[in-house]
Amino acid sequence: MTRRGWVLPAYTTLVLLYLFLPIAVMILFGFNDIRGRFNFVWQGFTLRHWTGIWDTPELTDALKNSLLIASISTIVATSLGTMIALALTRYRFRGRGSTNLFIFLPLATPEIVLGASLLSLFVTANVSRGIGTILLAHIMFNISYVVVTVKARTQGFNREWEEAAKDLGATPWTAFRTVTLPLIFPGILAAAVLAFALSIDDYVITLFNAGATVTFPLWVAGASRFGVPPAVNVMGTLIFVVGVTLALLAVPLQRRRAAAPVAPPTGRVAG
Amino acid sequence: MGTGREVDVRLAGVTKRFGDVVAVDDIALDILQGEFFSLLGPSGCGKTTTLRMIGGFEQPDEGAIELAGANVAGLPPHRRDVNTVFQSYALFPHLNVFDNVAYGLRRRRIAKDHIPGQVRRILELVDLPRFEARRITQLSGGQQQRVALARALVNQPRVLLLDEPLGALDLKLRKAMQLELKGLQHEVGITFIYVTHDQEEAMTMSDRIAVMREGRIEQVGPPEEVYERPATEFVASFLGASNLLDGTVGPPDGDFRTIELVSGEKVRVPAAAIEGTERSIKLGVRPEKIRIGTAGSASPADGDNAIEGTVRDATFVGVSNVYAVATRDGHEVTVYAQNLGTSTDRPPAPGETVTLTWHPEHTFVVSGREGGADGE
Ligand SMILES: Nc1ncnc2c1ncn2[C@@H]1O[C@H](COP(=O)(O)OP(=O)(O)O)[C@@H](O)[C@H]1O
Ligand SMILES: [Mg+2]
Repeated sequence: MTRRGWVLPAYTTLVLLYLFLPIAVMILFGFNDIRGRFNFVWQGFTLRHWTGIWDTPELTDALKNSLLIASISTIVATSLGTMIALALTRYRFRGRGSTNLFIFLPLATPEIVLGASLLSLFVTANVSRGIGTILLAHIMFNISYVVVTVKARTQGFNREWEEAAKDLGATPWTAFRTVTLPLIFPGILAAAVLAFALSIDDYVITLFNAGATVTFPLWVAGASRFGVPPAVNVMGTLIFVVGVTLALLAVPLQRRRAAAPVAPPTGRVAG
Repeated sequence: MGTGREVDVRLAGVTKRFGDVVAVDDIALDILQGEFFSLLGPSGCGKTTTLRMIGGFEQPDEGAIELAGANVAGLPPHRRDVNTVFQSYALFPHLNVFDNVAYGLRRRRIAKDHIPGQVRRILELVDLPRFEARRITQLSGGQQQRVALARALVNQPRVLLLDEPLGALDLKLRKAMQLELKGLQHEVGITFIYVTHDQEEAMTMSDRIAVMREGRIEQVGPPEEVYERPATEFVASFLGASNLLDGTVGPPDGDFRTIELVSGEKVRVPAAAIEGTERSIKLGVRPEKIRIGTAGSASPADGDNAIEGTVRDATFVGVSNVYAVATRDGHEVTVYAQNLGTSTDRPPAPGETVTLTWHPEHTFVVSGREGGADGE
C-alpha cells in the first residue's frame, strides 16, 4: 500500500520530466536575449526573436520547403498507404506476403543506408536532386509507417459492415465513404500525423537526396556550427504548438470513434 | 399453399465451389411469396453460402437464381430487392440507432421529411420506441438484434434473409424472439428466408423447411411432414431421436405392407411409404409415438405394431419418462412416456422385458442410401 502510494507517482513524474524537459528548454531559449552567436546560457528575456522570426530569409525558405514537403508527402503517403493497408487486410492475392515484407523493410533498414542507396539510385538514373527527390524519398518511408498504422485499424474491421451497407442499397463507393472510411478514420488520422512529423524533421535521408535544396533540419544542422539563432527555437515552438493543438482537436474525434468498438458485438471478426 | 401464390425466389441447379470445397451442390428451390422458409442443417452444410448467393454477395458457379421471376445473375447486392439480417448483426458502430435504421432509406433517396416517421414506426414495430438517439454500444444483444431487424425491414424488401439471427441470444430470449419474429413476419407479409441449425427453432417458426446436408437439400416440406415422414436417415435423426430398425419388405396387407424385422418380428407400415421395388429398408418411429408396457401386462390394441425389448435405462425428466430399450435385433430405441400419474402400473425398471407398441400409421420409411435422396 505505502509503496504503491509514492513509487508510481514519482516514477511517472520522472518520465514526464524526461520527456518534456528538452521541449521546455527549447521554448524557453526562444525568449533568450542572447549577445553573440551562441544560445546556450540564459541571459535575459526578450520577444525580439518572435517579432523578428522571418528576418533570416534562408531560414524562412528552409521552413517553407519543409512544410511543403511534409504536406505533400503526408497526403500522398496517407492515401497510398491506406489503400495498401486495406488491400493487405481484405484480399488474398499473389504477392501479398512479399508486399508485407517490402512494406516492412524501410522501417527495419537504418536511415543512413536508405539515404545512401537512394542517392546511388538517383545518380545512376541521372535524376537531379532537389525537392522532387526529397519528396520521393519521404513518400517512400512514410508509406511504410502509414500502412503499419492503418493496418492496426483495418485488421479489426468486420467486412459484414460493408456488406450490410451494400445490402441496404449503397454502391461500393458510398459504402466506402459512409461506413469504411469513418470507421478506419482514427487510424488514418494517426498515420497522417505520424507521417507529417517524420517528414518535417527528417535529416539523414534528406541530407543525401536534397541536392541544393535546404530544408529546416538541414539548415539548423548547418547553422549549429556557427551557433543556432533563437529564431529556430521560436519556429520549433510554433511547430510544437500547432502539433499539440491538432492532437488536442483530434482527441474528441478519436474518443467518439473509439466509443465504437472495431470488433463486431458478437460472432466472428473478418480477418 | 397451392393457391397459385407467386414464386418469390427460385434456385435452379445452383452450385457454388470454394476451391475444392463444394459449398452448395446443385440445389433447386421455389420459395413462395409471404412464406416463412427455413434452411436447416448442421454447421458447414452451405446455408450461409446459399443465403449469400440470394443476397448477391456470392455468385453461383452454376445454375440460376430468380427474384420475383427475374434472373439476377451478376446483379450486385445494392440492386437487389432483398435485405439481410446478418449473423453478427453488422450494425454500424459509428452511427446511432436512428442513423442505422435510416441508412437504407437515405440510399434510396426517400424524401428527407419522410424518414423520421418511417424510422419511428419501424422501431415501434420491433418494440424499441424512443431508441433513436441511443448508441449501438449501449444496446443489449436482444436490442441490437431488433435494430438489425428494423434496419432491414424499414426498406420493405421483397425478401428478408436472416442468418441465424437469434444465435447469439440466450435460450429464454431466443424462445421469446422466435414467436415475436413469426408474428412480425405475419404482420409485414414479407417473405422470410431463415437460416438455422436449430431444428426446434425451424419447426416452431417455419411454413416450410429445407433440410440441408453437405451442400445438398435432403428434404423440403412443412415442419410436420419433415418430422413425421422424414425422407432420409439423416433428416430422421437431425430432427430428433428417430429409432431406426432394419427390415425386409413382405406382402401387402390392405393399406399396409408387412415388414419382417431382423429379429423375425413382423410390423406393418403404410403401403405408400414403400417406393417401388425396394426389398431391404429402414423404418423408424418417433419416441413419443411409442407406448411401453411390461411384457404381457396388456395386449396391444388391434392392428398396432408390437415388438419386444429389454429396458436398458429409465430416466425421469419431469414431464415424461425417457426409456432406452434394447430391441431383440440389437437396436436401441428411445421411448418418451408421458408422466400422466394415472397409471396403476408400476413404470418398467431397467432389466425388465417390455412390449413396445405403436400405430402402423406412425411408422416412416427412410431411404437407406448414404448421401441422401434428391431434393424434391
Ligand atoms: N469464403 C469461403 N472460402 C472458402 N470456403 C468457404 C467460404 N465460405 C464458405 N466456405 C465453405 O463452404 C462450406 C459451407 O459453408 P457455409 O455456407 O458457411 O455453411 P453453414 O452456413 O451451413 O454453416 C463450408 O465447408 C465452408 O468452410
Ligand atoms: Mg452459417
